[in-house]
Amino acid sequence: MASFVRFTLDGKTCLAEEGAQLVAAAREAGVYIPTLCNYPGIPPKGACRICTVLVNGIPQTACTTKVVEDMNVATTTPELEAFRRSVVEILFAEGNHLCPSCERSGNCELQALAYRYRVTVSNFPYLFPKRDVEAWHPKLVKDHNRCIQCKRCIRGIHNAAGHAIFAFGKRGDKVVINIDPDTSKDIDDELAQRAMDICPVGAILRKGKGFDVPIGRRTYDRAPIGSEVRP
Amino acid sequence: MTRKIVIDPVTRVEGHGKVTIHLDDAGNVAQSRLHIVEFRGFERFVQGRPYWEAPVLVQRLCGICPVSHHLSGAKAMDVVVGAGTGDGLTPTAEKIRRLMHYGQIFQSHSLHFFHLASPDLLFGYDADPATRNVIGVALANRELATQAVLMRKYGQEVIAATAGKKIHGTGAIPGGVNKSLTAEERDRLLKGDGGPLNADQMVAWSQGALAFFKDYYQKHKAFIDNFSKFPSNHLCLVRKDGALDLYHGVLRAVDAEGRRILDDVDCQDYLQHFREEVKSWSYMKFPYLKKLGPEKGWYRVGPLARLNVVDFIPTPLAQKEFEEFKAATGGKPNDMCMHTHWARLIEVLHAAEKMRELLRDPDVLGNDLVVRGARRPEGVGIIEAPRGTLFHHYAVGDDDLIKMANLIVSTTNNNEPMNRAVNYVATTYMAGQKEITEPMMNAVEVAIRAYDPCLSCATHAYGQMPLDLTLVDAAGAVVARRRKN
Repeated sequence: MASFVRFTLDGKTCLAEEGAQLVAAAREAGVYIPTLCNYPGIPPKGACRICTVLVNGIPQTACTTKVVEDMNVATTTPELEAFRRSVVEILFAEGNHLCPSCERSGNCELQALAYRYRVTVSNFPYLFPKRDVEAWHPKLVKDHNRCIQCKRCIRGIHNAAGHAIFAFGKRGDKVVINIDPDTSKDIDDELAQRAMDICPVGAILRKGKGFDVPIGRRTYDRAPIGSEVRP
Repeated sequence: MTRKIVIDPVTRVEGHGKVTIHLDDAGNVAQSRLHIVEFRGFERFVQGRPYWEAPVLVQRLCGICPVSHHLSGAKAMDVVVGAGTGDGLTPTAEKIRRLMHYGQIFQSHSLHFFHLASPDLLFGYDADPATRNVIGVALANRELATQAVLMRKYGQEVIAATAGKKIHGTGAIPGGVNKSLTAEERDRLLKGDGGPLNADQMVAWSQGALAFFKDYYQKHKAFIDNFSKFPSNHLCLVRKDGALDLYHGVLRAVDAEGRRILDDVDCQDYLQHFREEVKSWSYMKFPYLKKLGPEKGWYRVGPLARLNVVDFIPTPLAQKEFEEFKAATGGKPNDMCMHTHWARLIEVLHAAEKMRELLRDPDVLGNDLVVRGARRPEGVGIIEAPRGTLFHHYAVGDDDLIKMANLIVSTTNNNEPMNRAVNYVATTYMAGQKEITEPMMNAVEVAIRAYDPCLSCATHAYGQMPLDLTLVDAAGAVVARRRKN
């Protein structure tokens, strides 16, 4: 039988299974902590920092933090909210995110968070980087303009032999996530669709598929991000 | 003394342009030009993007008739995905697209006639600019203004129901559409929610708008018949049987006498018949029919050209109006610029009838939305946009990225006619005049407005824009200047 720990979440005492991830435990308790690089079922990475909360007064990423007894967590201070908004702004300024013609518009987690934090324009200077669209693969397109390097695809998409089909290329600010020509060779439509679905933005697209879901029926047309978590 | 007259920007059109008129020592028009001073670049930056993004990306050219670009792009990509060249879609997909398009025609034509053109007709081109505007129309004719707003709203509601939203939707995708209508959506558009926004009311109001114009015509016949009248060739898509078809057909052109100079041309072959000339003083190209050359091969597009080219209109009420329209010129092509407003209102009625017909068709509720076939490397999509024939041509690589895009936009097709219209007004109203008055300046704009140009598409802003007119002597010194804000 699972053992439970008692912790404080935004001033309220809550229960969670011992060792539970803080993002999931908060969700169980009806508190939404925004995430981008986190994805259910794959190991957390703490890459995007948008889930940063105060644990006993110290900033920590909630996706990589496990709940322990007597932990005191603050999730929505004005400083944290401003920080999260900045993370969204930085990501928009760092890449080329042109929502009007993007296939993932309405299904994009970054766009949905920008709406949540009312980001109409980034306060950071736009870099407008010159990036490629990688389209050699028969089933996938990798649009580097939109990639936020969250690594969800690297961690979550593997071929039948268990090898990752996406991999890092280059280094530093030139880093890109490429499709691995060897491990991605024989992927089927289902895996290609999972690769597209695991991407929080529109950086991984299935070839020949686009705008299939009409406006009004897309994920965030129906309800804003985070609204599925009810206190 | 040589004088240069500059009208910058031209107002009550979509987009930014300016007019320059040079008068020689004797006060005659030495040169007149409509310059398009903005640059867009969509043909370049769609390159390298996945082909299925094109219909959604290129429609951002315009906020007035994005549906036209959306559908032209989608039609070109239908060819690329092997869904045929205009007749391969499922009945539901084609009818939903047609409904979207007729909604677009209806709202765009209503916007132009009531909001942009009617102030000149209601008050006269020489009336006080303080009243010669859409607010003046609303104050002088409340019922007309209300109908104008609601007619535009109805068209936009049709677009929202078929494309997902009123402006810049995503409904048309390569090989079909991503949604059909629900029974609730169909019933709301057909019958309204107890209010005036229903299909029958739109037909009735369209007839009312035509009656309004014809009444005006009877009282101002000399002006409507003679203002900016000049012969030209005319081009549009026609259905195979010669009917007006704004969504799909073959290309046909007639000369000023009505002789066919281009007939039964498949859209995919357009490049064999058209060329574009570039001039250093404008961002807008000058298209012409290849076999006639740039001097004789230029043509008009849009409502007037369409009614000059087609044999009949396949809806009864509009056909009756068409017969009256044709009778005015004894069946010959109509080259009276201001009759474009008449032709446009006949198309408004046709669009209202077509929307009602489509909404009564059970196919618009179907679920068979997309077809695909063998991939092709190139595709051409041509549609009759509100302002005229619109060409989209794309080449797509084996990697599914767009390699080449060529757009010949409706207003681009009307470039030469608009320049001729400017020259007509300059020659008629300004030549020999010592003082250039505001009505003279507006007369130039009235001539341009008849074409309902969308200058942003052609290489878009309606609002309070300043109009600057400067008289400069041969040495470049400013002799006189008039400005309105």
